[in-house]
Amino acid sequence: MSTVEAPPRAPVAARRPRRIRLTDRARHERNLGWMLAGPAFIAMVAVTGYPILNAIWLSLFDYRLTDPGDREFIGLGNYATILGDGLFWQQFGVTALITVVTVAVELVLGFALAMVMHRALYLRTALRTAILVPYGIITVVSAYAWAYAFSNTYGFVNGLFGLGDFDWFGGTWSALFTVCVAEIWKTTPFMSLLLLAGLAQIPDDYLEAAKVDGAKAWQRVRRVILPNMKAAIMVALLFRTLDAFRIFDSVFIMTAGAQGTETLSFLAYRQTISRVMVGLGSAVSVILAILVVLIAVLFVKVFKTDLSQQRGER
Amino acid sequence: MVLEKKSRGLAALLLAASVVSGCGDGDGGSTTLTYYIADAAQAEVAARCSAESGGAYTFNVQRLPNTAAGGREQLLRRLAAEDRSLDIVSVDPPFMAEFANAGFLRPFTAAEREQFSAGVLDGPLKQSTFRDTLWSAPLYGNTQLLWYRKSVLAKAGVDPSAGPVTWDQLIQGATRAGVTVAAQGRRNESLMVWVNALVSSAGGAILQPGSENVPAAEVKGGLNTEAGAQAARIMHDLAVSPAAPAGFSTAGEEDSRAAFQAADGGFMVNWPYVWAAFDSAVEEGSLPANFKDDVGWAAYPRVDAGTGSAAPSGGLGLSISAFSSRQDLAVQAIRCLANERSQKDFMKTAGNPAALASVFDDPEIRQLFPMADEIRTGLDAATPRPVSPYYGDVTGSIQSAFHPPGDLSPQTTPEAANDLLEDVLSNKRLI
Repeated sequence: MSTVEAPPRAPVAARRPRRIRLTDRARHERNLGWMLAGPAFIAMVAVTGYPILNAIWLSLFDYRLTDPGDREFIGLGNYATILGDGLFWQQFGVTALITVVTVAVELVLGFALAMVMHRALYLRTALRTAILVPYGIITVVSAYAWAYAFSNTYGFVNGLFGLGDFDWFGGTWSALFTVCVAEIWKTTPFMSLLLLAGLAQIPDDYLEAAKVDGAKAWQRVRRVILPNMKAAIMVALLFRTLDAFRIFDSVFIMTAGAQGTETLSFLAYRQTISRVMVGLGSAVSVILAILVVLIAVLFVKVFKTDLSQQRGER
Repeated sequence: MVLEKKSRGLAALLLAASVVSGCGDGDGGSTTLTYYIADAAQAEVAARCSAESGGAYTFNVQRLPNTAAGGREQLLRRLAAEDRSLDIVSVDPPFMAEFANAGFLRPFTAAEREQFSAGVLDGPLKQSTFRDTLWSAPLYGNTQLLWYRKSVLAKAGVDPSAGPVTWDQLIQGATRAGVTVAAQGRRNESLMVWVNALVSSAGGAILQPGSENVPAAEVKGGLNTEAGAQAARIMHDLAVSPAAPAGFSTAGEEDSRAAFQAADGGFMVNWPYVWAAFDSAVEEGSLPANFKDDVGWAAYPRVDAGTGSAAPSGGLGLSISAFSSRQDLAVQAIRCLANERSQKDFMKTAGNPAALASVFDDPEIRQLFPMADEIRTGLDAATPRPVSPYYGDVTGSIQSAFHPPGDLSPQTTPEAANDLLEDVLSNKRLI
């Protein structure tokens, strides 16, 4: 890839200090770039930009879809309602808890699986495929599978652990546990895939040198593998945190939000889709989007996550 | 270059074709009516009607989601977007007022109203009218009964067949006999059905009278009352008693049926479809062949021996989308879809009670449904859920405030529920 990217890069860098006229070739390539990327860029703006702006606009209204005549501009009133409601903060807490627990467990499990995939000597392809299968399953389907597994009437989990007719979905903590299990099972492969990419970039020489110096397996992991994988780990954490924070499907299928398991996406769903309070629901969505952006900023600026690493540019 | 031009032209053509096919779905002179059904058995009736029409109309049958809330959401979304591909829609009665108020449905004319109300039982008819206009042609009515296992009555010391029973008697009797009382404690529309039945039976109402014609912010709740307290007390008492089946706070209708069919099943409140469902379970071999001999039924339990029972009311109505371009044809089709023959067929296959009184006199129906008289009486006396253009908010608030049943308290729940309901309606709080 780098050979393709190199030509346009040089003139752009050169242009910065002094406004040098572009060469014909550079201009031509830049035009070609716009022609190739332009349609996709316009389509992206149309399908993502417009709804985002529309949601921000709608969030300033008291607007019920079944009562369009009563639409009223209330400024930031919806935001005040949301931030002043204990339910929002409770669901923020639930969302944060699910995010932290699932991402932490996924990181550990994902790392172990990445090591297995990296080191496997036999059946490498079969192993990698097997590990990736859960990620290929639609979230709703996996949520149903786990909901049935934990069901106290036809599930196998209670039978397996001798729990009688314990109702997993009847209590907040047990219900959250099932949701986390479903999420972890489903997305650990994604985490391990990202980590595997980082693992593959560590030159074998480093490990051999460490071995020669007498480093034990654990020392090699701590002193050689992990430091060299930091960028990959941060990128994997960033991607998964952003994803986990928007969790909806598993909660919707497994508990329908009962027992205090509702997340922020669920709050947006209930106001927008169930209550058709489009203004209030849009405000929840905007807040959710801002939180997601904040998480991204936190990772990129504070933890110095280098996204270019993921694109293989280094 | 020639190739490039050609491919550009082809791409434009493909794009145009996809736009046309996406939006231009059968308007104008077509005789195909898009029919959104809520129950698979409606498709069989539709096939028969279309064959009988001699080509006057055919149906493009679309299935709504299984749950009441899911069906409401899909119809609401499509109708709010003025989706012209909908002609006939199956509307759960409590949601009708919301749709009608928003201008989503075509009202039936006076002549049509006369035709579609003739011979219809009171309960189903009441919930199809809003502001003195008929918005749905009743397809079936529904009401819950108290189902019991005859073999447990002696030990429980309760006999519903001898006369009305109260919830307290059921809970105590079942506890004595070591059996369960199955009800729907899951946080969905079925919880609303239960709360409404309890509040009504205690002489109250979830919304204060006159609520149906005022703006959302002025709607007043009727829960902070003795009736609201009674409802909270009974739900709590059952949920924490030994008579509550396992997983009470997550049990919907089918979980209730499973609990009733279990070895310690005793009592259950549920819709009459369970009678047909017992047959299927017997056929499958999951129930003994003589299971139904042990099953009895009676009127829905009361809150207090002195007050009447207020059996839940459900059902389905057929409405016409205000955005349909084939409304007259839709009326013609509904004449068949909801006629006596259709309602009888529907009752036989789906187990859902007809809305027409005459169907209950049919010998075949009386043989299949030995409890036909109780259902008919129940339908006539059933108490509909609150009629409100803001029903979505009402049911959402009740489902939040009255769940989980085990945590309710007659001291705090009524006020908390009433506050939540009024705050949500005036856009001050979230659910």
